[in-house]
Amino acid sequence: MTQTTLKRTPLYECHLEAKARIVPFAGFEMPVQYSGVIEEHKAVRTSVGLFDVSHMGEIDVKGRRALDFVQYVTCNDASKLTPGRAQYSGLMTPRGTFVDDLLVHKVSDDHYFLVVNASNADKDYAYLCAQAASFDGVDVTNRSDDYAQIAVQGPRALEVLQKLTPVPLAEIKYYRFVEGLVDGKRALIARTGYTGEDGFEVYVPPEDAPGLWRKLLAAGKEFGIVPTGLGARDTLRFEACMALYGNDIDDTTTPFEAGLDWIVKLDKGGFLGREALVRQKAAGIKRKLVGFEMLGRGIARHGYPIWSGGQNVGIVTSGTHAPTLGKALGLGYVPVALSAVGSKLDVEIRDQKVAAQVVDTPFYRRAR
Amino acid sequence: MAQPSDRFYTKTHEWVRIAAGEATVGITHYAQEQLGDVVFVELPTAGKQVERGGVLGNIESVKAVSEVFSPVAGQVVAANAELEAHPELVNQDPYGKGWLVRLKAAQGSSEGLMDAAAYEKFLAEEGAH
Repeated sequence: MTQTTLKRTPLYECHLEAKARIVPFAGFEMPVQYSGVIEEHKAVRTSVGLFDVSHMGEIDVKGRRALDFVQYVTCNDASKLTPGRAQYSGLMTPRGTFVDDLLVHKVSDDHYFLVVNASNADKDYAYLCAQAASFDGVDVTNRSDDYAQIAVQGPRALEVLQKLTPVPLAEIKYYRFVEGLVDGKRALIARTGYTGEDGFEVYVPPEDAPGLWRKLLAAGKEFGIVPTGLGARDTLRFEACMALYGNDIDDTTTPFEAGLDWIVKLDKGGFLGREALVRQKAAGIKRKLVGFEMLGRGIARHGYPIWSGGQNVGIVTSGTHAPTLGKALGLGYVPVALSAVGSKLDVEIRDQKVAAQVVDTPFYRRAR
Repeated sequence: MAQPSDRFYTKTHEWVRIAAGEATVGITHYAQEQLGDVVFVELPTAGKQVERGGVLGNIESVKAVSEVFSPVAGQVVAANAELEAHPELVNQDPYGKGWLVRLKAAQGSSEGLMDAAAYEKFLAEEGAH
């Protein structure tokens, strides 16, 4: 057996203090839960939760042709960004499938800051470097070890973070970011998140992270802030139907199949995978990612087969008991003919076929 | 947490209490702690014959599915119907209201199982607590 050394985030000691259960995830020892997934989940929906997401990858794209390069490797239109804006996008294979999904932040005309999945960070960096070889005037740097990332999420997130920064947070609109002082130290503050709630993601140097974490816990005490682990991060994103790479999307699925048409800008100019996506759009997709609710008793899980009329027609990509909604829900790929809301499906759970029905997504949408 | 001494334990963290030929089965405090929030319990129907070490049912937390193995052989007399609406009882009261199944068990069926002291020692050796 190969021994792989797991990395720790700068907040590892804080997690031990908080009695987190630590699990290996994407090469890191990460907190999967502290007080309990459901309690943490509900705290984020109703008040505020604090997440260590320092495992996420950060990649700088700099240089004269930074925009051209970002445009070439991603499917969304980065030319629409102005400094201080971020966009959700896909890093594409030539087949129009996902190398990864990511956030593209425009810092300035010659600097884009990419935030990618932890599990893909090394792969993405290698892929970007390979693609950058044919671009003069582009510099790609893996900055993953230079940043800790703390997410403050939930309806009270703004009030909590505001206690620690002079930056007027209410002025930062959704998917915008600013550089400013947090706890007296330089930080990048983005109004983004992976929970379906309002909130912020704060990027700081690793050495500043433990101090900031403790200050945020203290600042949020009056609101009942809780440290929130990867378990609740998954159930929160699942209810909001935000894709999880490796589950709902991967290098065999296209944005059209995943229902992410809005991040594909075919008319922005040439980019990796464009031809394949143009062809798929013309021919029409064959399968589609849908949300479904279990009608019978049982919980659909990643990898379970989906059946219809005696045929194995698809596969579950994510599924659990949704804590806010109190029911068993799932996401999965099915033929387009079975993708309409109300379509009846069967999910195979331990050799039993259990009835399910396609429902509207996202499962959860916050009141604004 | 001390384990109740009126029952026996398995290495897969189930407990069984045998009285008057009937065996009540559940999972241990340690098991429920490892699982996290239980949201769904799948149990056999009355009349089903189960073997010792055979799959008795499944317990699902938000995160994952875990099989429950029967500590003894026997025929299912009843499953805990309360758990259908309140699976969280497995977390809240694993040795009481969170019981899973009652079986008609044969004589001497507790043979080879651990008593409370042995199970605690086992947990300690596993590095559990």
